[in-house]
Amino acid sequence: MRYLPHTDDDISTMLRVTGADSINDFFTVVPEELRRPSEMALPDALTEWELNDRMAALSNANTGATDFLSFMGAGSYDHHIPETVPFLAGRSEFATSYTPYQPELSQGTLQAMYEYQTLVARLTGMEIANASMYDGASALAEAILMALRITKKNTVAVSAAVHPFYRQVVRTYVEPTGCSVLELPVLESGRTDLSTLASSANCAVAALQSPNLFGCVEDLPTAARIIHDQGGLLAASFTEPVAFGLYRPPGDDGADVACGEGQSLGIPRSFGGPGVGIFCTRSRYVRSMPGRLVGKTRDRSGKRGFVLTLATREQHIRRERATSNICTNSSLCALSSAVYLASLGGSGLRRLAKLNYDKTEYLKRNLSEAGWTMPFTSPTFNEFVARVPRGDAEEVHRGLREKGILAGVPLGRWYPDLRDCLLLCVTETATREDMDRLVSEVRS
Amino acid sequence: MSERVGTQGLLFNEPLLWERGSRGRSGMSLPRADVEPAPVYEDLIGNGPDIPDLSEPEVVRHYTRLSQWNFGIDSNMYPLGSCTMKYNPKTNEKQAARSGFAGAHPLLPSELSQGALQLMAELEQYLAEITGLDAATLQPAAGAQGELTGMLIMHAWFKHHDDRRSKIIVPDTAHGTNPASAALCGYRAVPAASGPDGILETAVIDRLMDDETAGIMITNPNTLGFFEENIKAIAQTVHRHGGLVYCDGANMNALMGIVDLAAAGVDILHLNLHKTFSTPHGGGGPGSGPVLVRKKLEPFLPVPRVIPDGKGWRLSDDFPLSIGKIHAFQGNFGVMVKAYSYIRSMGADLKRASQLAVLNANYLKERLKGVLHLPYDRPCMHECVFTDALQQPHGITTLEMAKRLMDYGFHPPTVYFPLVVKGALMMEPTETESRDDIDRFVEALEAVAKEAAESPELLREAPHVCKTERLDETEAARNPRLTG
Ligand SMILES: Cc1ncc(COP(=O)(O)O)c(C=O)c1O
Repeated sequence: MRYLPHTDDDISTMLRVTGADSINDFFTVVPEELRRPSEMALPDALTEWELNDRMAALSNANTGATDFLSFMGAGSYDHHIPETVPFLAGRSEFATSYTPYQPELSQGTLQAMYEYQTLVARLTGMEIANASMYDGASALAEAILMALRITKKNTVAVSAAVHPFYRQVVRTYVEPTGCSVLELPVLESGRTDLSTLASSANCAVAALQSPNLFGCVEDLPTAARIIHDQGGLLAASFTEPVAFGLYRPPGDDGADVACGEGQSLGIPRSFGGPGVGIFCTRSRYVRSMPGRLVGKTRDRSGKRGFVLTLATREQHIRRERATSNICTNSSLCALSSAVYLASLGGSGLRRLAKLNYDKTEYLKRNLSEAGWTMPFTSPTFNEFVARVPRGDAEEVHRGLREKGILAGVPLGRWYPDLRDCLLLCVTETATREDMDRLVSEVRS
Repeated sequence: MSERVGTQGLLFNEPLLWERGSRGRSGMSLPRADVEPAPVYEDLIGNGPDIPDLSEPEVVRHYTRLSQWNFGIDSNMYPLGSCTMKYNPKTNEKQAARSGFAGAHPLLPSELSQGALQLMAELEQYLAEITGLDAATLQPAAGAQGELTGMLIMHAWFKHHDDRRSKIIVPDTAHGTNPASAALCGYRAVPAASGPDGILETAVIDRLMDDETAGIMITNPNTLGFFEENIKAIAQTVHRHGGLVYCDGANMNALMGIVDLAAAGVDILHLNLHKTFSTPHGGGGPGSGPVLVRKKLEPFLPVPRVIPDGKGWRLSDDFPLSIGKIHAFQGNFGVMVKAYSYIRSMGADLKRASQLAVLNANYLKERLKGVLHLPYDRPCMHECVFTDALQQPHGITTLEMAKRLMDYGFHPPTVYFPLVVKGALMMEPTETESRDDIDRFVEALEAVAKEAAESPELLREAPHVCKTERLDETEAARNPRLTG
């Protein structure tokens, strides 16, 4: 096997040094009854070339990834990724290193993570950020646990317009705490109904997503005012950070935590992962926040350098009293998103966001003309809900699939009231012709 | 001694990203505007984030220079104990980047994502076969999230049986994530001391286990690199009290094809694909931490699960006892593709990988005995733990030796862990290091030990050839500057 360097000669020399007769001698500590009675039943090893064939076959069986015109979003987005992103993040000095425990040998990762923290803090309008979480869902769950620790209250309010999968993850994480989860309903406009929030004094946190699952931009300033009056925090989740190239970021609207998924920033969809959980907050919560932090410092000669810092919040020092159990995070994806943002630049992000917006408005307009309706009136970013004129959205979706189009995500699975609705997404990758094709199929 | 591999190369200084660039530059090709501009809602519009504008060559130079300040496995041996820094095969990267995998939307209808679903189903089967357990979830994004998943499964199991338990036994050799994960589930960690041989003694667990205790979290091989020989008897005690046995399987690299963990009495186990199964660690992730369970716990696994469906596969949420979701979608699929490629490339050689990992660790242990102090002189599994006791008389500590090793071109071992050993240096060579490379590492440590006695100031001032000298961590923590 080409990954294993040992020759028979090496093995016998090494055994001689250890005083063992055979490698099996090292395993005599394993009691007989714990040994495997037979060899592992695994398929025979493949050569590199056979592996290529096998993997090509599996990859080609994912026809949905390659053979369709897709308008799917709902937490995973198709954006152009410049070649520089996989090329630079793939450099093996970055890719094959461990968590930067020894800073003098890891300044590359450390400076890149410091820059990532800065870029995402600026993107979300917050003061500080950690070096990443697993994904947007666990970032929201950890934000909620942080709010429970800070406020010592025992209820959390989560908008029904937060991605249903994120809400499920929140429920999983909150379950052992015994705290109750209050669901805030959705208004006709597609925004969250904040009316019950004002009367829930025990609420540690209001969790809203903006743009929300329906693509609608939430009224975060009002939510912030109400929850702050109750002594709680506002956690603003997001699945599409490109929106902050156009819309005001959550930090400017009073959010205490901005947390979400960064997959849109130069990371392929990869069937849902890996992505990167972005976690940003206010400086005053630095010692309560979960996750690794990279901080700026100096070396003995006074030169600028970077280290992992405030590790006393973390599990390897504080063990069961840690602010979180997270250890390995999503560093290389965070690096990818930093390379992406660096490539795009502030000016490019603005233009890209507007392009996403303009194209979405184009599709909305043309679908309306074709007889579809838009049930929600609030401004959106690159996603919107469309109601099909007749019948069930699943059926319409299936019909369009026959024509080679993935017409977004049917919403009935998550919202029975929206059985006749599709969630459609348009990014810069969709051309006018692509959208015209969808509209003409809808017309026919 | 052979020529030292660590040397001084040409490294470039490189400013922070926003100290470069100029407003109006662009490093990304944007699609043409092929639709009319649409009016916006002015009261919602922001100013756009303050991110520098750079050209493509500037971006490439910036990150290339940063990468040159980093040390990876491709640079040299990286014997970081407990981290299994084995070679990361290049073909795995190519496989994960195939458009059918990388381009797959997570909510694709199952008919259109059969390749991904089949890969996941097969990977689950392989991992079950390798560990001896019955069923798997691939959803957790790292080892610690696997631990949390395992703890939630325990919690759900007891709740289902109307049994409230408040404590869990965690040995002193456990990784810090273990007690932190238990605490997230509301369990109080009860420490258990390992015995004079560095392993758990049955009598200790007999004393600690009771009907209020949910079970034990045991790392096997443990963080001293020893096989927990009494695991079966310990499991029997835990089971007698109605408890469950959780095994931290992050060190599975010692055991593949050799040990049946179900026969050892393990009920729940997590693996780190980013260790044992060769996926790159990426400077701190992304990883993947699958959890395996015995049959009786299968109903509690996270949803969605991949299930057979006629001639193919589909995702199902129809498991009413499930703990729910732990990741937004199906977990870190891209990492799964790499681990799958590795398993298919290795086949039966996985067993040989474990054997050679153990041979390498024992060889390293024998060669270094006497150079460094070996607190437990007995055969080890995949890693071995030394201390600085022989260097203390010269006023030299583990940290100083670690820093000096960098000048010789090696990544230091894990230091000051496990906590049960004072001044620990924990070394895990892995099977992909050749005898020659281990020999060079030994020579480097011999030279460092000699310097510790003869010219200790060289160590106190180390490292000398890295991008920076030793960094002020106290200052960083006193006045945290996390953004620029
Ligand atoms: C023994 C052990 N358990 C658990 C973990 C946690 O794994 P992760 O970093 O993937 O969360 C690690 C590694 O950090 C480990 O070495």
